[in-house]
Amino acid sequence: MKILVPLKRVPDPDTRIRVKPDGSGIETDGVKFAVNPFDSIALEEALRLREKTGAAEIVVVTIGGSECAEQLRTGLAMGADRAILVPADAAIDSLGIAKILAAVYRKESPNFVLMGKQAIDDDSNQAGQMLAALLGVGQVTFVSKLELTDGHARARCSRETDAGIETVTVALPAVLTADLRLNEPRYVSLPGIMKAKKKPLEEIPLASLGVSAASHTRVLKLERPAGRKAGARVKSVDELIAKLRDEAKVL
Amino acid sequence: MNRILVIAEHDQGKLKLASLSAAGFAQKVCAASGGSFDFLLLGSGVSAAAEGLRKSGAAAVLVADTPALAQPLADRYAKVIADTAKARGASLVVAAVSTFSKDILPRASALLDAGMLSDVIDVRPADGELTFRRVMFAGNVIATVQLDGAVKCLTVRSAAFAAPAATDTLSPVEAVAVDAASLSQFTKFISRETKASGRPDATEARIIVSGGRALKTSEDFERLVGGLADVLGAAVGSSRALVDSGITPNSLQIGQTGKVVAPDLYFALGISGAIQHMAGMKDTKVIVAINKDAEAPIFEIADYGLVADVYEAVPELMQKLKK
Repeated sequence: MKILVPLKRVPDPDTRIRVKPDGSGIETDGVKFAVNPFDSIALEEALRLREKTGAAEIVVVTIGGSECAEQLRTGLAMGADRAILVPADAAIDSLGIAKILAAVYRKESPNFVLMGKQAIDDDSNQAGQMLAALLGVGQVTFVSKLELTDGHARARCSRETDAGIETVTVALPAVLTADLRLNEPRYVSLPGIMKAKKKPLEEIPLASLGVSAASHTRVLKLERPAGRKAGARVKSVDELIAKLRDEAKVL
Repeated sequence: MNRILVIAEHDQGKLKLASLSAAGFAQKVCAASGGSFDFLLLGSGVSAAAEGLRKSGAAAVLVADTPALAQPLADRYAKVIADTAKARGASLVVAAVSTFSKDILPRASALLDAGMLSDVIDVRPADGELTFRRVMFAGNVIATVQLDGAVKCLTVRSAAFAAPAATDTLSPVEAVAVDAASLSQFTKFISRETKASGRPDATEARIIVSGGRALKTSEDFERLVGGLADVLGAAVGSSRALVDSGITPNSLQIGQTGKVVAPDLYFALGISGAIQHMAGMKDTKVIVAINKDAEAPIFEIADYGLVADVYEAVPELMQKLKK
């Protein structure tokens, strides 16, 4: 069994995001980067499936500059077997990323793809669904529980929807996207980091995949949203009710 | 000229009001740069929901009604949406933000080879092109963006667009023929755990009462948060901390990884105000925070803050509001 896990390099979730004064991007000076947290959850699930089923090759892949090798090494240190970096300089939107991932998928022929439901930088929540469409396979998004069935021919998934937890089964291969409560990813261990240094990290140029770094999206400007000002403190429940009735008129 | 296809959403045949906000977006685009919009409703036995779409100014209410679409499975729905968008020559395919649209629309957009934007909060026509504003980085950044291509897909935040005023004339209903044999069979629906609380959904409520870490048990949450919600006819919500500790189900979570809401009134009870929570509710009109920690970050965005223990203040509030 082979599982493909795409990882994205994003600002650490605890970082305070600052927009550059000219609005051309976010400040990256002094910002710590990390693997997108939902991707870590996806990788953790792949590792657990390997532990449960006994044998699986786990391949992590990312698209971006050479600095993204750092996140691939983190993936290898967590326990992935190999890593693929598709070098690209320009910002690529979700559809562009999905096209590149589809090309990597065709080269690797994994049993399925496990990835985060969204990246915490652009918050798009699109790439997995687009990848599934391009590959002509099924998809299950927002997965909070995953189990392989039918001799690994299907997956049974719980997914988190606005209406509550939904259970579906899907034929494999498929693209499964991880939600927050699927698992809690392990920490990277020191022996893991040592081992990761010896694991293969292959660079595959876009040209050899036969795809381009095309994007439909043009970001013109970034800015901070208008802030919300702190209001008044009230001293009692009576004062609160009076303010809501007479001042805010919402009761 | 804009040709907009608005994907309507329903929950087991009951129309989601956010669908009308998506129409409000479409109407705004048409008012500024011309064109018209159609609704597309998919499901099985959805004629009642279709009726609810006829007074919003749509050129037509397209209905794909077949047992093969009884459950919102992404592979099937996305194909019907993409086929309909092609058949109608749609330039924009739009849906209100929800787990339904997040699941299905990106798949349809790839089938159309269309670029897509999620969480759009504003649109402006500029030099014959549409310029969109969308939210990124958990609400900490607003991006101004344009999309290339003849077809574009968008999810729009319902709180950012008002539903169109009801029209006197009814939009015509047109059936969309679906060849069930052409639909894929990748996924099979097994079950859905529905929570029949009788309370409104947080994404549709005018008032939301939300609870955080200060609530120690599910019983306390139900008694205080649920109790106040019932006094006000409000929806209930929860911080991630309570979901993670198993006190509330995850369908109640408000925040970056849960629901994004913007009601008229939001009660944050014992919620400290983590960035991830505030990303989901800071566009509320009036925020009330009750927390015994005077330094809690939630007070920085609250319109009315009361430093008090929720176990004491909430029962008093309930009792006085009942009068």
